[in-house]
Amino acid sequence: MSENTVNRIETRLQDKKNLFIGYITGGDPTLGHTEKMVEALERGGADLVEIGIPYSDPLADGPTIQRASLRALNGDFSIEKLFDSIVNIRKKSDIPLVFLVYYNTIYTYGVAAFASKCQETGIDGLIVPDLPLEECKTFPQHIVPLIPLVALNSSERIEGIVKDRKGFVYCISSFGVTGSRGSISNKTREVVEKVRSHTHLPIAVGFGVSSREMVEDIHEYADAAIVGSSIVRVIEDSHGDARRVEEFVRKLTGKI
Amino acid sequence: MGRFGDFGGQFVPETLMNPLKELETAFNRYKEDEDFQRELKFYLKEYVGRETPLYFARSLTERIGGAKIYLKREDLNHTGAHKINNVMGQLLLAKRMGKKKVIAETGAGQHGVATATGAALLGMECEVFMGTEDVQRQEMNVVRMELLGAKVTPVSSGTGTLKDATNEAIREWVARVEDTFYVIGSVVGPHPYPTMVRDFQKVIGEEARRQILIKEGRLPDAIIAPVGGGSNAMGIFYPFVDDREVRLIGVEAAGEGTHTDKHAATITKGREGIIHGMKTYLLQDDMGNITPAHSISAGLDYPGVGPEHAHLHRSERGEYVSITDKEALSGFQLLSRSEGIIPALESAHAVAQAVKTAGEMPRDKVVIINLSGRGDKDIHTVADFLKG
Repeated sequence: MSENTVNRIETRLQDKKNLFIGYITGGDPTLGHTEKMVEALERGGADLVEIGIPYSDPLADGPTIQRASLRALNGDFSIEKLFDSIVNIRKKSDIPLVFLVYYNTIYTYGVAAFASKCQETGIDGLIVPDLPLEECKTFPQHIVPLIPLVALNSSERIEGIVKDRKGFVYCISSFGVTGSRGSISNKTREVVEKVRSHTHLPIAVGFGVSSREMVEDIHEYADAAIVGSSIVRVIEDSHGDARRVEEFVRKLTGKI
Repeated sequence: MGRFGDFGGQFVPETLMNPLKELETAFNRYKEDEDFQRELKFYLKEYVGRETPLYFARSLTERIGGAKIYLKREDLNHTGAHKINNVMGQLLLAKRMGKKKVIAETGAGQHGVATATGAALLGMECEVFMGTEDVQRQEMNVVRMELLGAKVTPVSSGTGTLKDATNEAIREWVARVEDTFYVIGSVVGPHPYPTMVRDFQKVIGEEARRQILIKEGRLPDAIIAPVGGGSNAMGIFYPFVDDREVRLIGVEAAGEGTHTDKHAATITKGREGIIHGMKTYLLQDDMGNITPAHSISAGLDYPGVGPEHAHLHRSERGEYVSITDKEALSGFQLLSRSEGIIPALESAHAVAQAVKTAGEMPRDKVVIINLSGRGDKDIHTVADFLKG
């Protein structure tokens, strides 16, 4: 793994508290919006941005992100153009960036080629919702790391999932798909504590987080809160208005 | 884990990994359990109506003028298709695991109806996910499922067909994984499903093997079966896989022609990738987005295929061909008129292929067609097609 990759996530997240991770779907509502949306999240106080690569069959996602994916794919979306946007973002910003991408997209591109392109353009990690521990043995994590995902029912799998990993640990706080919820499962705290006993990596909690209150609750036991669908909703309602998005993120991060 | 050569695997969210492990453990345990096997055999015989006949289609054979054609009559099962074999196995397993709720995806509706049937029989709560396109073209099956006490949830996301119903069923399973059993209808999905579904369907091939040896004193020269996800085909092929002289011919849907973008010929025209938790062949664009399949028959309208079929193809043990909508309709009418059996449109694809395959063989050869279902559900579709 390149020096830069370790440094960005590590520099910004390692051994820090009260962190905020925001998610947007790349190409939503158009590719032209992506750079502005990332900027809006950064200005709103995000410590890391997840960029979703739109996909036809996102089976870990609920209706909000499904719609965002469809919007993006119906525009003039291409992966190469998205990588170009990343290059542009990197000219102005060192904010840690990860792709949230389904495995078939990577497989079709070519696993090694995709990983290299990520490293080359400045993507610091990959979250692949349908690539569990058992299926990532051949993935070139030295080129770009896979962010480990822990579920509420992972139990004895946790140790193996987080072993020798880089970046941060993503703890999924609900059974089900992405989507804003009123509250998250109280099993989440237990799971985070269990993860803590197996790794020094920063621990982030996501799925269903939709308010400053929930973010603050998460900060009591985890290092970072992840908000996705709620931000995507604002992008959808405002047709990609950077100011509205920044305002919304500020409310979540408390950086009023 | 759960590979057929390069294919198969478990490409699913982390939340499903322990439940899949639990399912695999339960399946392996009950496979060897005498009580379980006895109970399953009881329902297959007394409730489903097995053993199904292996019927010599004399008229059809004479019309085609080549090899002797036998029909494995899966259309005679309770609910009218092979789907019930797998459902009975999975539901009995679900009961043993203490699950009281089941969900299923369905394309044509046959698997949905079979699941609703079994759930009613065993007193379980049932929800079936069905694409809005399919809800329209197989209306009678929706009515059937509701009469049986199941809830039918239309899925409008994506293309509103089987692949989207499957996505939604998977999403729902992730949400309800603690108390709900997901009954997958074909040899697709993450391990252990492809193996488990094949094991519950292999009764078809085991019977056929016994029956043909009695009737002809030898094994068949070819077995022909339609392939959507591939469960009826895997069910009849599996017990013959080691009999190398038996040709295993899987028939996919060529729809309006494989030169168009309106077909479901996954093995012929697809590319390797990941769909619904498995590595297999699928229809996809350059970016890896899954493209919709098309076939006049809803049951073959799936842009993926079971990984065991992908492996049989790659290892050249199986031969995979395709038949167009028009050819399937000819097959449909041919069987109806020559034998008085109205086949499901899915099965009609195998009949159409048999016309070609058996037609080129001498009269002393033997071909078995897996008649996966009956065609009552397809009457309106066929009538419309013939009119317009």
